[in-house]
Amino acid sequence: MLEHTDPSQVQLTKDGELKHFITTEHLSREVLTEILDTADSFVDLGAKQVKKVPLLRGKTVVNLFFEASTRTLSTFELAAKRLSADVLNLNISTSSTSKGETLKDTLMTLHAMHSDMFVVRHSSSGAAHFIAEHVTPDVAVINAGDGRHAHPTQAMLDMLTIRQAKGAFEPLSVAIVGDILHSRVARSQIHALRTLGVEDIRVIAPNTLLPHHIESLGVKVYTNMQQGIKDVDVVMMLRLQKERMNSALLPSESEFYKLYGLTMDKLALAKPDAVVMHPGPINRGVEIASSVADCDRSLILDQVTNGIAVRMAVMSMAVSGQTKSRSNNNGTEV
Amino acid sequence: MNILIKNGRLIDPANKIDSITDLYISNGHIASINTAPEGFVADQLIDASDKIVCPGLIDICAHAREPGPSQKGSIKTESMAAVAGGITTMITPPTTNPIIDTPAVAKLIKDRCTEAGKLTIHPMGALTKALEGEQLSPMHALASSGCIAFTNSRNAIANSLVLTRCLEYAATHDFLVVFQAQDAALAQGGCMHDDSTCTRLGLNGIPESTETVEVARCLLLTEQTGVRAHFGQLSCERSVRMIAEAQERGLPVTADVSIQNLLLTDENVNGFNNNFHLIPPLRSQLDRAGLIQGLISGTIQAICSDHQPHERAAKEAPFADTEPGMIGLETLLSLSLWLVEQEMLDLPQLIEKLTLAPAAILGLDAGNLAIGRKADICIFDPKAEWMLTPETSYSRGKNTPFMDHPLKGKVTNTLHNGQVVYSAN
Repeated sequence: MLEHTDPSQVQLTKDGELKHFITTEHLSREVLTEILDTADSFVDLGAKQVKKVPLLRGKTVVNLFFEASTRTLSTFELAAKRLSADVLNLNISTSSTSKGETLKDTLMTLHAMHSDMFVVRHSSSGAAHFIAEHVTPDVAVINAGDGRHAHPTQAMLDMLTIRQAKGAFEPLSVAIVGDILHSRVARSQIHALRTLGVEDIRVIAPNTLLPHHIESLGVKVYTNMQQGIKDVDVVMMLRLQKERMNSALLPSESEFYKLYGLTMDKLALAKPDAVVMHPGPINRGVEIASSVADCDRSLILDQVTNGIAVRMAVMSMAVSGQTKSRSNNNGTEV
Repeated sequence: MNILIKNGRLIDPANKIDSITDLYISNGHIASINTAPEGFVADQLIDASDKIVCPGLIDICAHAREPGPSQKGSIKTESMAAVAGGITTMITPPTTNPIIDTPAVAKLIKDRCTEAGKLTIHPMGALTKALEGEQLSPMHALASSGCIAFTNSRNAIANSLVLTRCLEYAATHDFLVVFQAQDAALAQGGCMHDDSTCTRLGLNGIPESTETVEVARCLLLTEQTGVRAHFGQLSCERSVRMIAEAQERGLPVTADVSIQNLLLTDENVNGFNNNFHLIPPLRSQLDRAGLIQGLISGTIQAICSDHQPHERAAKEAPFADTEPGMIGLETLLSLSLWLVEQEMLDLPQLIEKLTLAPAAILGLDAGNLAIGRKADICIFDPKAEWMLTPETSYSRGKNTPFMDHPLKGKVTNTLHNGQVVYSAN
């Protein structure tokens, strides 16, 4: 009876350019490829003596983390600094601020300080969307992880890593293994992989760690790791998010490792040149064996390097989209 | 005070009347239909040409928020919203603050209702003290103070022995028990129907079993104890089937559904619109179809608003962090008329589900326009198009996805006890 809106539309300008980066879902292949291409151009920057480009000079980026994070926060900070932006890091624990009014007030205060970009991590799904749509539509919002919903920059750095290792996406078989239920990373990866042309996407987990109707996202579901990993090109492991496990989802870590942990034996079932990825931080001996994490097929450290490049790419694209959308709006008002 | 409602289409399902006629009201009661009583001189004339005249609506579940947080609403504000929606009787749940588990709170509500002077409020009492599911509430004293039924609201009584005792005690006094079925453990942390939309949005799901497991338990204990039972605001097709089976076995259970669960589905949550954060949640197309079918077949007797006003801040946060519920008093009739437009029900059938049926469930002397009955009347223009706007709505809450949305069918006058309590300008 009422129309429902596509949540991904809020992140695009009228011309289809990125002005926020909230989710990989429903973004076109062109936009995703543009992110990867732009990131590619930043990848080598880290190795140079002068690591900075002036794309965000004079802009203020606020890293607003309502959930603890070191790796994502520091790569966002580095990315912003390499783009010559001024960076403010705010770690706000949600336990001290009870409800949403505080979130809105915090944002309005920061907005009044003329920030140009919010990089937001929040434990509630839809938080980045809420901020972009209802709080500060004229500030670029980059989602650094919202609840179980999306972690789009992580997914795109994974895509960049896959592209570097494998070239084309279409012929690939990709398995995502572990705690799919609680994983925003898995959701964003699935959307990105599908849009980029991967047809064989598999998720591997026990039923207690699989969201209901996950197959509606276009994946094949395996509860047996040996079957699921067979002949895949890419194995993407997920962190077993112990802190989120507040109910009886698994009998024990050791049983999980036995059945779903990535060991050399299990990896042998994948293609001989299959690569292994993990968003980190890794739990050695829980979801991945040390021998696998440290082997030459593991791309875990490449992912970290690519993380900075991808974040630089989406930050520069979003600021550019915001600028254009604002000048367009000003134009129509006159 | 004499009022003449002239030339309206009178629809009174209780007396199987559907004709264009005149209605004469004298001293708060229906004095005559069609012909003027002897010596009747109208003090007030209401021209109801091209309009429907029917019993005032009875909303079997609406939160007035008093006593409680006044920023969400009060009996005064929500009464006004109710009569603007043609509602003349409102049943309020015990989840006020303080909870309705002492006669004083029930009396307070009745007094505030009389002060507001717009409609009749029948509070439901708590089934257990503080809704904690441990000790029986003083049901008899609560009933004497105006509580019309008893419910533990959405706080399912975990201990089945305590629940059994509650039902046995209620049956002793022939009190009606209302179940708003929700298994506490299965509902924990959930904010929308557990299906593919929920999975995509990464929200915590409320599985169908949250409702059906509790419906099953309550049906079994209802049968065992012989209590009169009603199921409020069903959301699942499977619940409808279980209740239909129980009715077929001869168990005298009844049920209602909120209008939003008849019109909307979980797909509406796409886009994280907080106005669709509802408990019970909007469910699948299949569930919605099952609820509509249950309404048509008579398994579900009544439609309610499940009105839950909130202040702005309660809805200004990421989806799961907002408070659930939407307002519905002012839109109940207009939205329900959609069922007639879609030819699922005819107009007299719909009006029955909004008037006579809830009166029968609760044993109320209302929802009936026979001569001598209380003149609680709703007059509406079924073709009028209008919009609820934040500026013109009466409820203190503005939280509804139907705000600024074109609606059809507008209440023009509402009478309570023979007094005009609302007139559209």
